[in-house]
Amino acid sequence: MGETAAERRGTWKVKAGLAEMLKGGVIMDVVTADQAKIAEDAGAVAVMALERVPADIRREGGVARMSDPGLIQAIIDAVTIPVMAKCRIGHFVEAQILEAIGVDYIDESEVLTPADEEHHINKHSFKIPFVCGCRDLGEALRRIAEGAAMIRTKGEAGTGNVVEAVRHQRAVTSAIRRLNGMGPEELVMEAKQLGAPADLLEETARLGRLPVVNFAAGGIATPADAALMMQLGCDGIFVGSGVFKSEDPSARAKAIVAATTNYDRPDILVEVSRSLGKAMRGLEIGAIPKEELLAGRGW
Amino acid sequence: MSARRRIGVLALQGDFREHLAALRACEVEGVAVRTTEELDRVDALILPGGESTTMSRLMDSKLRQRIQERAAAGMPVMGTCAGMILMASEVLDGTVEQEPLKLMHLAVRRNAYGRQRDSFEAEVDAPALGGPGPGVFIRAPQVTQAGASVETLASHGGQPVALREENRLALAFHPELTPDHRWHQYFLGFLDGS
Repeated sequence: MGETAAERRGTWKVKAGLAEMLKGGVIMDVVTADQAKIAEDAGAVAVMALERVPADIRREGGVARMSDPGLIQAIIDAVTIPVMAKCRIGHFVEAQILEAIGVDYIDESEVLTPADEEHHINKHSFKIPFVCGCRDLGEALRRIAEGAAMIRTKGEAGTGNVVEAVRHQRAVTSAIRRLNGMGPEELVMEAKQLGAPADLLEETARLGRLPVVNFAAGGIATPADAALMMQLGCDGIFVGSGVFKSEDPSARAKAIVAATTNYDRPDILVEVSRSLGKAMRGLEIGAIPKEELLAGRGW
Repeated sequence: MSARRRIGVLALQGDFREHLAALRACEVEGVAVRTTEELDRVDALILPGGESTTMSRLMDSKLRQRIQERAAAGMPVMGTCAGMILMASEVLDGTVEQEPLKLMHLAVRRNAYGRQRDSFEAEVDAPALGGPGPGVFIRAPQVTQAGASVETLASHGGQPVALREENRLALAFHPELTPDHRWHQYFLGFLDGS
């Protein structure tokens, strides 16, 4: 025993493995250390450190960038659960800064204003893992090919409207179901049509699911929304504006955590949905000007 | 005891699916456990990896008490990473609400190796398994103190990372994330009194 075996850091196994540990859990957007504590106490498996939640980014407009490192550090210091932070699509220097701060996961996110309209970050070159958004199977596999160790369906962030999250989750699962029974030559054709690497598509077909963990995001505002996404087959939940834009964030956060664990038990969902106060106001997708929709960012 | 064994995996949060898959590979029946009724139908229990603070919160007092009673009555229990934290008698750096199950005489420190960038893979030498096996350490805990009745089965970097006390087994790493199921086999041996 005496001698210590070599330690290999930043391997695919530890990157994708952390996402495995988050499964069945809720990751909450927070903008202060106090909110991070509330999220941790409510049972969040991780927090996303932000300057503004998506609902405010949407309202205030302007260019949305990586958060101030000081704010991220304050949130890291406040909690013992993993801390994630967002960088702009293609902005690999923001990602380098987040890695140097010591965040546990980077979200290369369409919620921020893209920095590159052609290239996503080469995520293989980082020691810490990335999560990326997708609207369908092809987009998910392109991100995984670039090194994303976790996927989230995009939904439409900051709306409190779950309809886009449902659309994207269903798009991924029905595309995976279609692979069932395809022969090797059909998979090659399908990969071409999806714009996805053939080897990753073959792996997806073999597993019957994405090769990495997939959370739902974008518009989840109630315990029932969280349970809906879990029943549709996602592995866990991101809640952005839904917690801290509601009337009673602590109660709502606890309820969404309980609903994510007990997603298939309506009797428990009744209990946790009771008396939570007002949910965030919410937005009809059709009422949002097309150029302000976030899900279309990234490709 | 009937030949048909059912092994429970606590399924409140975390990588319980990987443990269920490892049990399938060992050709035993694995069952997800979220309630006391489900716990009452299993012969052994695995506490998976995940976020220990979250699992602690989601475990109600009834389930907590029933796990403690069953363990005291001899039910084998294995914990990996967060599961090890839940089995400990004392958690350092724990949040206020994190009361462990106290199934083993262990004091553990959460995230003792650092943040995710410090997570690593390394071979873990385990004479109990007949040789080294893969160790995946993700924001792993460390044991700071172990009682006299606790046996160290494997160490890494001078730290005990696999420990046994009677028929309870605590691992700081994740055998369920690898195709090497010897730790699961070793644990299943507890049901036959080994």
